[in-house]
Amino acid sequence: MKLHEFQAKDLLAKSGIPTPQGQLVKDSDQASKVAQTIPGPPWVVKAQVHTGGRGKAGGIKVVHDPDEMIAATKTMLKKSLVTKQTGPEGVMVRQVLIETGVDIEREFYLSMVVDRATAMPTMIFSQAGGMEIEEVADQTPELILKEHIDPTTGWMPYQARNLIYHIDPIPSPAAVKLLTSIMAEIYKIFMTLDCSLLEINPLVATREGNILALDAKIQIDDNALFRQKDLHELDDPEEKDPLELMAEKYQLSYIRLNGNIGAMVNGAGLAMATMDLIKMAGAEPANFLDVGGGASEEMITKGFEIILKDKRVEAILINIFGGILRCDVLARGVLAAAKNTDIKVPLIVRLEGTNVDEGRRILKNSDLKFLVAKNLTDAADLVTKQVKDEGK
Amino acid sequence: MSILVDKNTRVVVQGITGKEGTFHTEQMLGYGTAVVAGVTPGKGGQSIEGVPVFNSLHEAVEKESANTSCLFVPPPFAADAIIEGISANLAVVVCITEGIPTLDMVKVAGFLDGKESVLIGPNCPGIISPGKTKVGIMPGHIHTPGPVGVISRSGTLTYEVVDQLTRVGLGQSTCLGIGGDPIVGTTFIDHLRRFRNDPDTEGVVIIGEIGGSTEEEAAKFIQAEFDKPVIAFIAGQTAPPGKRMGHAGAIISGGEGKAQDKIKALESAGITVVHNLGKLGETVRQVMK
Repeated sequence: MKLHEFQAKDLLAKSGIPTPQGQLVKDSDQASKVAQTIPGPPWVVKAQVHTGGRGKAGGIKVVHDPDEMIAATKTMLKKSLVTKQTGPEGVMVRQVLIETGVDIEREFYLSMVVDRATAMPTMIFSQAGGMEIEEVADQTPELILKEHIDPTTGWMPYQARNLIYHIDPIPSPAAVKLLTSIMAEIYKIFMTLDCSLLEINPLVATREGNILALDAKIQIDDNALFRQKDLHELDDPEEKDPLELMAEKYQLSYIRLNGNIGAMVNGAGLAMATMDLIKMAGAEPANFLDVGGGASEEMITKGFEIILKDKRVEAILINIFGGILRCDVLARGVLAAAKNTDIKVPLIVRLEGTNVDEGRRILKNSDLKFLVAKNLTDAADLVTKQVKDEGK
Repeated sequence: MSILVDKNTRVVVQGITGKEGTFHTEQMLGYGTAVVAGVTPGKGGQSIEGVPVFNSLHEAVEKESANTSCLFVPPPFAADAIIEGISANLAVVVCITEGIPTLDMVKVAGFLDGKESVLIGPNCPGIISPGKTKVGIMPGHIHTPGPVGVISRSGTLTYEVVDQLTRVGLGQSTCLGIGGDPIVGTTFIDHLRRFRNDPDTEGVVIIGEIGGSTEEEAAKFIQAEFDKPVIAFIAGQTAPPGKRMGHAGAIISGGEGKAQDKIKALESAGITVVHNLGKLGETVRQVMK
C-alpha cells in the first residue's frame, strides 16, 4: 500500500522527525487562507499523487506570493499530471500540499528497504540527495552507503556513525546528533509499521542548522496489513484504477496495462508468461490477471467480467493450466460471466490439466462462441491471426 | 536418485485440519507420499484421512519420526510454524503459504542461518520426486520419473513446463518451487549444487521471473561450477516497472529485476534461454540429446 507524501510526513513528524510546516488543500479557494497560516513566502505547492517524477512534470512549484500560490494550486488541482512514471493518460491530482519554503544548505538521501539478497532490513544513505537514487547509483555509486541490519541486534549506533562520518565534509556536531537520532527513528518506524519502503529524499540541512525531511515516501507491505489496522484509513482508493479496485474487492490479482489483448490466467508466473506470449505474437497485453491456483467459479466470473469491462480489449485469451483449479470450474465460471454480458470480441481458450475433458465439454455444449487453442504455440498463433484480421 | 525428498521422506502436515491442509493431505496420500502426522494446535488426538493429529510439531516428530514438513498455516502464524519446523531439526520444511509479511521472513531467515534444515518456499507449490514422493500441491499425474531437474519461482508455470517435458518423453528427477516471495529459504544455486551431485539428474530447467537478482547469480554459478546442460525461461518481459505482478517478489524496482537483464546474464553465461514458452519442452529435448 502506497501512502501520500503528506501522510508519510505525518507519520515521520509523530516520531519526532522534523518536516516543513504545511497544509493539505483540496480546493484552490482554500489556498488564500494557507498563505496567512503557513510561514512564507516562499511556499512550495506539491501535487499529492501516488507517482514519482512530479518535479520535472510540473507537479511541484515554488511560489513567492499568495496570487502565485492560488494560480499554481489551480493549475494542478483536478488536472491530470503526466510524469515519466505514469503513462500517457497521467494521474488526476485531487489534493496538493502547500509547505513553507526552506533555506537549504545541503541535501542528503536516506531510505530503508528489505534487501532481498541478504534478507535483512537495510538503511541506505547518500550525501548526494535531491536527485533520483538510480541516477546516483549510475553516476557516482561510491556515494551510496548501505548498512544491513541484523534482526537479532536491530539498528546499532555504530551503523549511524558508519554512514554519517563518511559525509564529506563532516557536518557540525549538532547536525551529526540530529542525523543519528533520525536514523534510529526511521528504523523504528520501518519495523513497527511493516514498511516495504521508507524514503526521505531529500533530507536537508537548513542554513539555520535544522535537519528536515523535505519529501517522504512510505509503502506498507500488503501482506502485513492484517496487523496494521490503524494504517487502513490511509489507503486512497481514488489513486487506483477502477478496474484494479474492483479486482481488489474480489481478491483477484489484476494489473491494467496499455495493450489490446485481455488475458485471464491461473498463477502469476503463467500469467506473466502469457503476457509475453501475446507480445511475441505481435499484440500487446491489456492486463495481468491471475485468478489464483484455487480460484472459485465466482472469482472466475468476476475476473472475466473485469476484462470485458475494459473497452480497449479487442480479443481475450484464457489460458488455464488446471492444477488445484479444475478446468470444469473455470468453464462454468466463464459461462456464468458470459450469460450477463454480450461478448463482442473473439475469445480464445486454452485449457490443460485437471478435468480438462470435462471443461472442454462444458464450453463446447454451450452457446459461447470461442476458438480452441490446442497448446500455447497455437494460442499465440490465434492471437496473431486475430490482430492481423483486426488490422484489415 | 533425486534431491531432498524420496521414498524415505516422512511428512508431517502443519495446519492439517484447515481446508487446504486436509485436501492436499488426501492428494499426497493418493500419490503415495508417506504422510505420517499432522499438526493443528488444540486438535491433537483427532485424525485426518487416517493421519494422527498432534498439538505440537515436536510431538509429531517424536512419535511418528517425521523428517519433512509441509506447511499450510495461515500467513499470520506461518513464520512461527516455520521456525518450529527448523527448531525440530526437520531435514526439509516446505512452506506453501502465500502472504507472509516480509519482516516475519527476515526473522525466519535470521534463525535459519547456519541450521541444518532446508526451507523450500514460502509461497511455492512444494517439491516432488516423481514416482517416489510429493510434498506440496502440484498435480502429481503430469509428472513422470526421469533425468530432468526443475527449479522454479512459480507454481502453475512449472506445471506447464513439466507437462511439456513429459509430453516430449523427458521425465523429471525432482521438481521444486523455491517460492514467489522477496525472501525465500533457498535460491537457484542451493538446488543447482544438489542437482550437480545427483547422478540421475542429467540436465536442469530453471524458471525465473522478474524481481531480485537470483537468476543473475545463478548464471554466474552455472558458468563457473555447473557442467550439466541448463535451459532457462524467464517470465515477465512485458511487465511494467514498479508493479507487483501477483507474486510479492515479482517486481522491478530501482532498475533491478528486469527480465531482459536476467535473460542477458543467462545467455552470456552460455545458457540456453527459451523465449517462446510453447517451445520449451522441445528445446530441452534438443539440448539434452
